[in-house]
Amino acid sequence: MPAAANVSERASPPSARSAPASSGWGRRLATARTGGLGALALVLVALPLAFPNNYFFEVAILVALNAIVCVGLNLLIGYAGQISLGHAGFYALGAYGSAILAARWGWPVWTSGPVAVAAVGVLAWLVGRPTLRLKGHYLAMATLGLGVIVSIVLSNEDRLTGGPDGMAVPPLVLFGRVVQGEPLWYTIVGLGLWLTVWFALNLIDSPIGRALRALHGSEVAAETVGIDSAKWKLRVFVQSALIAATAGALTAHYAGFITPAKASFLHSVELVIMVVFGGMASIWGAVVGAAVLTLLPQFLTVLKDYEMMAFGAVLIVTMVFFPRGIVPTLQRLLARSRR
Amino acid sequence: MGDQWMQFVAAGLTSGAIYTLVALGFSIVHNASHAINFAQGEFVMIGGMAAVSLVAAGLPLAAAVLLAVAVAAVVGLIVEKVAIEPAQKTGRADVVTLIIITIGVALFLRGLAQVLWDKRVHVLPAFSGADPIAVFGATVMPQSLWVLGGTALAVVALGWFFSRTLYGKAMRATAFNPLAAKLMGIDTRGVMRVSFALAAALGALGGVLTAPITFTSYDVGVMLGLKGFAAAMLGGLGSFGGAVAGGLMLGLLESLGAGFVSSAYKDAIAFVVILGVLFFMPGGLVGARRSERV
Repeated sequence: MPAAANVSERASPPSARSAPASSGWGRRLATARTGGLGALALVLVALPLAFPNNYFFEVAILVALNAIVCVGLNLLIGYAGQISLGHAGFYALGAYGSAILAARWGWPVWTSGPVAVAAVGVLAWLVGRPTLRLKGHYLAMATLGLGVIVSIVLSNEDRLTGGPDGMAVPPLVLFGRVVQGEPLWYTIVGLGLWLTVWFALNLIDSPIGRALRALHGSEVAAETVGIDSAKWKLRVFVQSALIAATAGALTAHYAGFITPAKASFLHSVELVIMVVFGGMASIWGAVVGAAVLTLLPQFLTVLKDYEMMAFGAVLIVTMVFFPRGIVPTLQRLLARSRR
Repeated sequence: MGDQWMQFVAAGLTSGAIYTLVALGFSIVHNASHAINFAQGEFVMIGGMAAVSLVAAGLPLAAAVLLAVAVAAVVGLIVEKVAIEPAQKTGRADVVTLIIITIGVALFLRGLAQVLWDKRVHVLPAFSGADPIAVFGATVMPQSLWVLGGTALAVVALGWFFSRTLYGKAMRATAFNPLAAKLMGIDTRGVMRVSFALAAALGALGGVLTAPITFTSYDVGVMLGLKGFAAAMLGGLGSFGGAVAGGLMLGLLESLGAGFVSSAYKDAIAFVVILGVLFFMPGGLVGARRSERV
């Protein structure tokens, strides 16, 4: 499949992937990657030209922030084969951590953000270390539990967090200037998304990525060839938590207001749905999934009371007919039609 | 002090019974499909809401209760037939995909309930009056006894079903090794369907029994589902004794924790406990230590 290989390469499931043996292969891979990154950059730059008003910027920022989280989460779900049902917890901790440091203790945002994100990374490491050694649904349970605990703590500790009503967040100040206005935030978040995708694409084609795919295929086989599965799983878990926390902190300072709903189980589930809907083990799938499922509710609001039903139905139908997600399925269809 | 203890124990056992029923549902579906059915809590909601509607329609309470459980079982069957079976037929749906499908089902059912009924809180009349009874120094509502009795009956019946009947044994065989079970002529598809119907009926039973105490509404299934999952994991997913032990223990800890430690963090207790157990006792309280076959 000479012509099709280029297209299907990026998102084909780990097992179906052939090793880039010759240098020719390596070069073609490189072009597929840089091509994709170039296309993403082009889309990010060109989109604002089509935006008639600020509302479109707001939605685009929302899409990009969700996409950042999903690209990170997909590293865990799609490549390492571990499900997390508590990533909204990390996201919200990044948001609240930075907001509390800045609002209650007067830290400048450029220090409160990184400190909050680093703290979330430590927490993810502490939780992931014991649970990632277990098999099956234990990580799902542990992350779910953590997420629920975080959301309850955020609602209850109202002296710090403002309780269920949420809290106001000080704005981001860079080089003595307040960062505000949708176009500027769009630039920051768009750049963040591009960097995240770049990082993820590099990661999955690095030895770490190969190790992850190997242990997704068979943990035992991976360990017999010397891959420390617990170590790599833990590392990618922490990385995805760091990414989620960063996106959370950005959201908080962009929106200027946060509520504990950001930490809810439903939000965690939404993030996982975006990843699986777009396509597991596909970086572009995560971006597409985040875009489609962030936009879908905007359209479904016309259905009013039927919104939740419709969302559920869309989810069921998509997953039944595209069990691997939108992007990988379309890529396969495209590859088949070219053959 | 002693009375207070008894009071909390009674309350804990009552909510623990419901967690047990939900956890049993999780375990049954997991044994058949290796998936976590996140629509399990929604079956609790359907049971409670259906019973409320049927009573309002003029049915006697006993008939409404039985019919509500039957309705939920049929919904469970439909869910398996419409959402799970087609996904498994393609052979490419892995466990994560199945989980997302069940989440889709949960959202759909919750949305349906919101349209079919409303967003208000409903209450079912207590089965045998609302005069509290004194038991060992605790004041107990008669409905709590119904909850405990109904759950005990369901657990015993389930135990008999799985150990004494041919179909129950077939279900256990399928859980143990689906391929071998199929080769022995067991209709594993049928087992899947029965598992979903059974899980739905158990959840609905829980919903009907507690509707007079905790009331019911379209979104009552969310927290119950999560706690039931925690209870199932606490006992060791797939183990029936574990589901019972995990459910009751969670109910007790929650009630005692809310009473003596902090009522604001009542809902968090279950998850703190499960995190602690996962860290120190992987495999759950009664989970079998089995070695993995490669």
